[in-house]
Amino acid sequence: MRGFSRAAIVVGLTMTLGTAIAHADGSGNPAPVSSDDGKYMDKNGNPTFKIGKDGTVDWYTYIGYLRYAGNCLQCHGPDGLGSTYAPSLVAALKTLSYGDVLQIVAGGKKDVSTSQNLVMPALGTDKNVMCYIDAIYVYLRARSDGALGRERPDKHEPRPAGWSKYEDSCMGS
Amino acid sequence: MLRCSTKVLLTAGLLLSTALATTTVRAQTDLTKMQANASDWVMPTGTYDNHRYSALDQINTSNVGKLQVAWTFSTGVLRGHEGGPLVVGDVMYVNAPFPNTVFALDLNNDGKILWKYEPQQDPNVIPVMCCDTVNRGVAYGDGKIFLHQADTSLVALDAKTGKVVWSVKTDDPSKGATGTDAPMVVGDKVFVGVSGGEFGVRGWLAAYDVKDGHQVWRAYSEGTDKDLLVDPEKTTDLGKPIGADSSLKTWKGDQWKIGGGDTWGWYSYDPKLNLIYYGSGNPSTWNPKQRPGDNKWSMTIFARDPDTGMAKWVYQMTPHDQWDYDGVNEMILADLTIDGQQVPALVHFDRNGLAYVLNRDTGALISASKYDPAVNWTTGVDMDKSSPNYGRPTVVQQYSTEAGGEDVNTKGICPAALGTKDEQPSTFDPQTNLFYVPTNHVCMDYEPYRVSYTAGQPYVGATLSMYPAPGGTNMGNFIAFDASTGKIVWSDPEQFSVWSGALSTAGGVVFYGTLEGYLKAVDAKTGKELYSFKTPSGIIGNVMTYMHDGKQYVAVLSGVGGWAGIGLAAGLTDPHAGLGAVGGYAALNSYTELGGTLTVFALPQS
Repeated sequence: MRGFSRAAIVVGLTMTLGTAIAHADGSGNPAPVSSDDGKYMDKNGNPTFKIGKDGTVDWYTYIGYLRYAGNCLQCHGPDGLGSTYAPSLVAALKTLSYGDVLQIVAGGKKDVSTSQNLVMPALGTDKNVMCYIDAIYVYLRARSDGALGRERPDKHEPRPAGWSKYEDSCMGS
Repeated sequence: MLRCSTKVLLTAGLLLSTALATTTVRAQTDLTKMQANASDWVMPTGTYDNHRYSALDQINTSNVGKLQVAWTFSTGVLRGHEGGPLVVGDVMYVNAPFPNTVFALDLNNDGKILWKYEPQQDPNVIPVMCCDTVNRGVAYGDGKIFLHQADTSLVALDAKTGKVVWSVKTDDPSKGATGTDAPMVVGDKVFVGVSGGEFGVRGWLAAYDVKDGHQVWRAYSEGTDKDLLVDPEKTTDLGKPIGADSSLKTWKGDQWKIGGGDTWGWYSYDPKLNLIYYGSGNPSTWNPKQRPGDNKWSMTIFARDPDTGMAKWVYQMTPHDQWDYDGVNEMILADLTIDGQQVPALVHFDRNGLAYVLNRDTGALISASKYDPAVNWTTGVDMDKSSPNYGRPTVVQQYSTEAGGEDVNTKGICPAALGTKDEQPSTFDPQTNLFYVPTNHVCMDYEPYRVSYTAGQPYVGATLSMYPAPGGTNMGNFIAFDASTGKIVWSDPEQFSVWSGALSTAGGVVFYGTLEGYLKAVDAKTGKELYSFKTPSGIIGNVMTYMHDGKQYVAVLSGVGGWAGIGLAAGLTDPHAGLGAVGGYAALNSYTELGGTLTVFALPQS
């Protein structure tokens, strides 16, 4: 009886904590604590999203939406929701950390068995992906945390001062 | 002396060519004869003319409602199953998506496996297969079964034993080239093309010798005249010689080398004219700003001599594509009466939403009509022969992603990149003179942006979001179309895009499958639904029919996937509906799951 109450209390606590941390994902609490030229960071230094009350998204979330659709949608489906061909990233990012995501995107992933043939290519040399990987991550993190719906972000923060220079140097011309 | 040797040589040459011609003719006659036997289904397209019509009439409008499942077969692969089986005599040949297993099934013994071929392929080819690891079928000819594997190996199997007779590599998957197409055999040659438009793979069609697999010719979609296999003086475009460097002149610098124009669709053949027909796909990248020019000969219908590969005529449907409207859909060869004139027509339902009718002998353009009223990117094709834009579609500026430019979201374009129709082949019924067309009724927003090319990596360059065409929630229609008048005769709305190849029959019944997994039979005259049965998974395969032991069967592969499975699995939303409008349209994954089953139907024993 005593043991049971204790268990119930623990469950209650966990639930309260779960509610308090509204958006916990594979990288922890996504709340932004710092920013650098339009890019927001959580308390662990991982890139994260910032979405204003009026729906204005940070630049990285916006660019991530665009680049996701150009480079990832062909397998993972619209809005990160998965397809008949590849898993949902909205679901995957609930447990994968920023580091996990970087590693999988750069190095690829294989799950080949008699029942399935899931193969993700190593995209480490693909500039269309790697130059925007933080943006893609931030976009998917916002999707996974339920902070961003399926629609295209309507309003976004202005292009950061250093963005074009960064993009040119990364993509080459 | 000189004269004498020449004469001898000439005679020898003549004899040789006569001998060759005889062999070719005999082999051709074999398949030409075989395709006329309605009991069999000897090629993926049913017949060389791509009618997908069967003279079988045991199953008809009055009894189709009693259809039952006769037997089923699992391919063991849970992926998108495009294409369909062949039947040659007592044997059915069916193949699966990657790893591209091929089975020979004994129709005398409830589909017992006579032999199985399972290639060993590097799984690294999987992620370079844009939009699922599909394969659209095997071809039969010369006692062999031909398979174009994902890794671009073209393999000839002994039809009796399944043993590999020969195998050749047709392209390089490390650069994004893959094999997904169903080969076609004509005479002593087997024809294949290549996939990879989203990886900047330069398209080609090639002929290989059925005996030993040596390449006889290869014709590229882009490049020098020699690479294209065109004669600048004799090859025509809308009746005029195409001139020198017709492709090179329409690209900036060397961009044609990674220019796409892939050839992953269907091939047809006219034995009388001795011409083969096929289309080329989108130019790479999807960002039109990055590749100025008409990008010839992407998005083009080709008519070629099967023996030499030389192009007789070409016609580019969508110059300088801005929407990913690949031109690879089937070319249906039908003799039509148009304005009282008999026309040897080629009818093509293009991704761009226009149904093209051309004279298949001369390449003359007869008409181009919208086959979905939603199509809005063009007001139509300029049919004025004296116009400098003769034969070109008039693009509506509002829907031009080129005019919109990079990093601008061009909204409300119909059709979406899926096209009004994708590869799922239509059928032509010579009894009703109607074409039955599986269509998509989906529109899109399209935002192109700069991309850089890395060999073997996706080279896409656009963001797009898709949603049903305005005014409804249905994402597809199954339509009857009169190509002589350019009019839709009837249209059956479908909740999802219709992504299954259709079959018409002498019994007055037309069959198709749906993405939810239903096999449906409708009345050819009215479109009225007469039968439906839900198979284990969504259908993106093509319906076929055959006769065995005096009984007619209808068969279709189910196994959801392909572009449809990727785009529609989670359902579409309307990006213009504002915040909160989530899950506005049906999600395919509420109806079906992965699968890989052949379902064979027949009437009950009477």
